[in-house]
Amino acid sequence: MNIHEYQAKEILAEYGVKMAEGGLAYSVEEAVQRAREIDGDVWVVKAQIHSGARGKAGGIKVCKSHAEVEKAAEELLGRKLVTHQTGASGKVCSRLYIEAGTQIAKEIYLSFLIDRVSERVIMIGSAQGGMEIEKLAETNPQAIIKIYIEPAVGLQDFQARKMAFALGIDSSQLNHAVKTIKGCYRALRDLDANILEINPLVLTHKHEIIALDAKMVFDENALFRQHKIAELRDNSQVDSREVAAAEAGLSYVGLEGDIGCMINGAGLAMATMDMIKLAGGEPANFLDVGGGASAERTEKAFRLVLADSNVKAMLVNIFAGINRCDWIAEGVVQAVRNIDMKLPLVVRLSGTNVEEGRRIIAESGLPIITADTLADAAEKVVHARNEAITKSLGV
Amino acid sequence: MAILIDEKTRIIVQGFTGRIGTFHAQEMIDYGSNVVGGVTPGKGGQTHLGLPVFNTVEEAVQHVGAEASIVFVPPAFAADSIMEAADAGIKYCVSITDGIPTQDMMRVKSYLRRFPENMRMLLTGPNCAGTISPGRAMLGIMPGHIYMRGNVGVVGRSGTLGYEAADQMRLLGIGISTSVGIGGDPIPGSSHRDILERLEQDTETKIALMIGEIGGPQEVEAGRFAKENMTKPLVAYIAGLTAPEGRRMGHAGAIISSAGESAAEKVALLKELGVTICPTPSLMGQTIAQVLAKI
Repeated sequence: MNIHEYQAKEILAEYGVKMAEGGLAYSVEEAVQRAREIDGDVWVVKAQIHSGARGKAGGIKVCKSHAEVEKAAEELLGRKLVTHQTGASGKVCSRLYIEAGTQIAKEIYLSFLIDRVSERVIMIGSAQGGMEIEKLAETNPQAIIKIYIEPAVGLQDFQARKMAFALGIDSSQLNHAVKTIKGCYRALRDLDANILEINPLVLTHKHEIIALDAKMVFDENALFRQHKIAELRDNSQVDSREVAAAEAGLSYVGLEGDIGCMINGAGLAMATMDMIKLAGGEPANFLDVGGGASAERTEKAFRLVLADSNVKAMLVNIFAGINRCDWIAEGVVQAVRNIDMKLPLVVRLSGTNVEEGRRIIAESGLPIITADTLADAAEKVVHARNEAITKSLGV
Repeated sequence: MAILIDEKTRIIVQGFTGRIGTFHAQEMIDYGSNVVGGVTPGKGGQTHLGLPVFNTVEEAVQHVGAEASIVFVPPAFAADSIMEAADAGIKYCVSITDGIPTQDMMRVKSYLRRFPENMRMLLTGPNCAGTISPGRAMLGIMPGHIYMRGNVGVVGRSGTLGYEAADQMRLLGIGISTSVGIGGDPIPGSSHRDILERLEQDTETKIALMIGEIGGPQEVEAGRFAKENMTKPLVAYIAGLTAPEGRRMGHAGAIISSAGESAAEKVALLKELGVTICPTPSLMGQTIAQVLAKI
């Protein structure tokens, strides 16, 4: 789960990480008010969206007067920002963070993440802050310092010192650097974050160490024990289809194509989408309906898939293990009737009681197209989609 | 012989008396697995499904000689149950539970590494369908009847895609020695490579099928292992060609977060390492048949 920069900063402040003075604003008036409350003659107006690279997308504006803050806030609030992380549809900015300008002497990169290779938390630093770490890894991998943290004992002081010295931090600031580094680690560990990134962490002319940006990503599986974090969820930053799916307890990812999918199992779902692509189509979504696809759950999944107006045809692919094909077939027939579905539907069932399942579909009298294999199902749904488009064009 | 489990393996169920534990314990018993009891803290001394219930795994090891366990405990308590099994001297543990926090799994792995290698419990899962040696024993939640006994060793991250593969093979008259689900989580108990090592040593296994997906370094690591250490052919399918970067596709571990983690990149790297790739998921059975014909 992603959170906003200002939320990550509030969390990190509790762990002893220093920030520039700042405040949140939902309106232009509030933005100006926040700027008035902050001493100084430079303010930074930052769009709060769940994405990095906001600067390049015009989401971060340095202002030299309250009038400029007002103008920046007017420009950013309600605007859709498109970065390489948001996808073409972009994300709407409805919150601003107004921060005091910082006199930067040096920019540093610092992050912590769970490394799947070593199965440990890895601390990554670079004296070349401000730029994207992926690019730095390509152009100058020697400039990246990695320190592995043993989960049983956690981050040790010597490791934090090692990182501080490698980042070129002056001895006079060492204690503060160690405190900052250890605070970040504790926040990640205590709050079940998977990623914590500060880019840049800056050294100021006043010899302070300040987190100028902050990003935290949390483990969805741990939210049951992180209630305060779970409350930070901002659904305006998430695809509305996915919000509805989460409420229905379904695992759904919205995509750009026009063939709706309902499948049981994440692996089989990905494989089915691959087959659709290989057959010349594009999936509209990923949807894992799970092991116990009851009639009620099936209908919810159908409604969710069909709520996407791009969908031109739908494919159901169920491998019944513990489940039975006849139960699933009944659920599908019921869903199609209740929803009064008009779009072409291809159903492929396999596994337990498959003959019975196919019989129920065939005898339903509904115009459901059945398929035997994965390949057959993908070809049929792509064909049905093409026919539906031809028909709608009146050709 | 198969790997990990056979008809003699003495199995206990952790989370035995719960709804899910009860259902799957019965399924395993019906399949012919040697289930000898179960553990539910606080219910020790009771009898469930005609078998003894113990308060701790240690008691189950002492009284009924438990060797393998299967964990159906809810996510918040699953890591604890896995460590309890390791501490009690269980040799092989399957964790079915989906939704265990990643940091819990990090601690579990760290705990397991503290045991000397010859005393270390092997863990597969979490978030998997389990392991089956067809015709002998099932330690999982899969539909046992779609698996035919034979010579293909299978390792995969996905449950239903593993069923799909088993079904395709059965329709072609091809059977399986052992099929191991390693699960869809970012930090799995065992990796593809760990299982391939065992399949390579198994006299009954002639060929291995690896069913991978987007996210993580596992498949390529397994491909390197196969190139350097395996005499048996390796066939692979990688799911998730259409998966966009940075989005979690159902499984907690199925997310492309760095270079080399997409399906296309994994396929290219595996091909370079000499692994035979199934061109589509509906050709897993046929690809195995073609490679088998050449042995």
